[in-house]
Amino acid sequence: MDPLLRLSNLKKYYATQKAVDDISFEIQKGSIFGLLGPNGAGKTTLLRMITGIFYPDGGDIILDGKPFNSIDDIQKIGYMPEERGLYKKMKIGEQALYLAQLKGLSKAEATEKIKYWFKKFEMETWWNKKVEDLSKGMSQKLQFVITVLHEPKLIILDEPFSGLDPLNANLIKEEIYNLAKKGATIIFSTHRMEQVEEICDHIVLMNLGKKILDDTVTDIKQQFKENSFLIQTDNEVTIHPNPIFSTISNEKNKILVKINEGYQSNDVLKYLLQENVNIVAYNELLPSLNDIFIKLVENTHATARAFQNN
Amino acid sequence: MNKTWLIIQREYTTRVKNKRFLILTFLMPILIVGFIAAAGYLAISGVEQRSIAVIDPNGFIKNSLKNTNQISFSFPKDVDTNNYKQKGFTDILILPEFKKNEKTDYILRSQKSMGLMLQESISNKINKAIEDQMLQDAGIHQSILDSIHSASRFAELKAYEDKGKSSKESNAGLAMGIGYASGLLIYLTMFIYGAMVMRGVMEEKTNRIAEVIISSVKPFELMMGKIIGIGAVGLTQFILWIVLIISLTSVAMGFLPADVQTQVAALQQSNGQMAGGGMAQASESAVKIYNMQHTIATANWPLIIGCFIFYFIGGYLFYAALFAAVGSTVNEDPQDAQSLMFPITMPLIFSYVITTMVTQNPNTPIAFWASIIPFSSPMVMMARVAYGVPSAVSYWELILSMAVLVGGFIFTTWLSGRIYRTGILLYGKKVTWKLMFKWAFKKG
Repeated sequence: MDPLLRLSNLKKYYATQKAVDDISFEIQKGSIFGLLGPNGAGKTTLLRMITGIFYPDGGDIILDGKPFNSIDDIQKIGYMPEERGLYKKMKIGEQALYLAQLKGLSKAEATEKIKYWFKKFEMETWWNKKVEDLSKGMSQKLQFVITVLHEPKLIILDEPFSGLDPLNANLIKEEIYNLAKKGATIIFSTHRMEQVEEICDHIVLMNLGKKILDDTVTDIKQQFKENSFLIQTDNEVTIHPNPIFSTISNEKNKILVKINEGYQSNDVLKYLLQENVNIVAYNELLPSLNDIFIKLVENTHATARAFQNN
Repeated sequence: MNKTWLIIQREYTTRVKNKRFLILTFLMPILIVGFIAAAGYLAISGVEQRSIAVIDPNGFIKNSLKNTNQISFSFPKDVDTNNYKQKGFTDILILPEFKKNEKTDYILRSQKSMGLMLQESISNKINKAIEDQMLQDAGIHQSILDSIHSASRFAELKAYEDKGKSSKESNAGLAMGIGYASGLLIYLTMFIYGAMVMRGVMEEKTNRIAEVIISSVKPFELMMGKIIGIGAVGLTQFILWIVLIISLTSVAMGFLPADVQTQVAALQQSNGQMAGGGMAQASESAVKIYNMQHTIATANWPLIIGCFIFYFIGGYLFYAALFAAVGSTVNEDPQDAQSLMFPITMPLIFSYVITTMVTQNPNTPIAFWASIIPFSSPMVMMARVAYGVPSAVSYWELILSMAVLVGGFIFTTWLSGRIYRTGILLYGKKVTWKLMFKWAFKKG
């Protein structure tokens, strides 16, 4: 299947730094894609190039099989920037209508869709309210509706859950799954790893403007696993040193082990059975994305690089 | 283009629907008219009454000191500086005996000091009486003197411009008035609506909606939409003001007594000459109104209005683009705006100063250059155009000025567009003019 979005050798250089330095990756249709990176990694710059706000200094963006053209392709993209913003003094209904029309919808189309979404999110009574009267969570919901209203093929969400309570976060999450099911492709930019683990199929990790990881979540975890296993027993046991694994910790019937090279997980089980250990549970411990993230990004002075644009 | 139109509509309707716009639009002309009326009323009713005792050994002064609505003169015999208060006078005026070719002082003593205007009017009256007396002493008869006075009162300077074979009545006072008024209006418009554009851009930036919108439209479309939308608001306001002022004036004219109105109409028909006995038949106020209308009619209104609309729009576009650029670079701190606005407001204020000079003297080299340079041309050229084209401003000057202004606003719009597209998405960085210059001229 053709990817919906293909970036090749994308570059954006500012006077003092390379914000996006030769990045290439593909995003499959209907997938939920995570774009990760510490602050200042170049995520926002990359997203702004995909949305046509910035011109790349080099490289190509292929959207839906054709070179990206910011004028024609605006309607195919829904972008929710990290910097949320609405006209504070404008009525919510009018505002949604205006922004939908700017995306190219006709007034009738826009009205119909706004009504659908407002009903779905129980926002119908808000139509004549002003944004300044909304709570942060409410305006976040409104922002999401505005982003997806025109049924874009590519939805870009920059930190979509910030400021949402768990209930509303769940509501948005469900909607993200729904949209993906209906065929929309979602780029999800964040540095909240637990959300990425839960939602995303495929991730790219950026740091200092470069891509340092590009794989599915499961594959990445396999790649970074340290062959650690957690064994639970029914009573306390002592493990003698052995060639198959080394014991990292042994507390309260829970033994954390690391398998030595050349051995499989079954070798551990065999050894333990020989030792007459009563095993209650036996799990592989996969690293969390958070751990991988920290491991990869640590010591790169990523935090020293503030966002610049001149 | 379609999207720019949407933006224009939003900018226009949100502002025009705003209560503040409605209040300002409808209250302003009423306030102006009310202010003038109040000032007039105060001038008539608010003045204090003076009753002045005059001690005059000459005798001939008496005829010249006629009572006015403010001052009543009396010539009592037994009043002096010690008792004028008890006798109920506010002031006492003591005149010496005037002798030929001899400068003498006369003294005014008052309970409360007298305003300059009143003092001058009294001294004028006395000097005139002395002058008349001297003329009479020199052998000129009183009746001759009276006829001289009344004749000189009706004579006035009528200046004509020679244009080829024909000559046209010109009026420097009117030209000055029109030039000053239109220059001031354009100056105010640029300040008020330019600042409105800047605030609008700042609002989008501080509300953080800029990025949402920029992902749907080009920054340039957004900027142009805003400039044109707000310009349309300004134009609407002006048109409403003009309509309101004209209708208020005509309502005020309706309150004139019927005979004055018919006399004015008769004067208009006869081109200022009353049939059967001349001007004497018309009352003084009818003549005044006719003269005012006649003077106003001498100006070349189609040209002036046409130029006004052109310079109004051109000047607005020129400055609004610059204000938009500044607005896009401002962060949360409004003080940044102040310092960045300075290089824009300086030429505006400077142009205004030149305009006030040019209204009196439309053909100096400064006037010429200031009416070509687009920073000042909208105001200064209006001040000059009021003096007439081609008598004060030749056609090539006008065309050159207009062309430079069009080029100027295309340039500032282009320049501001480049600053704007970078500035609008930038947060947390203090922007200097040097940096803005860099954005404007970097490639890509």
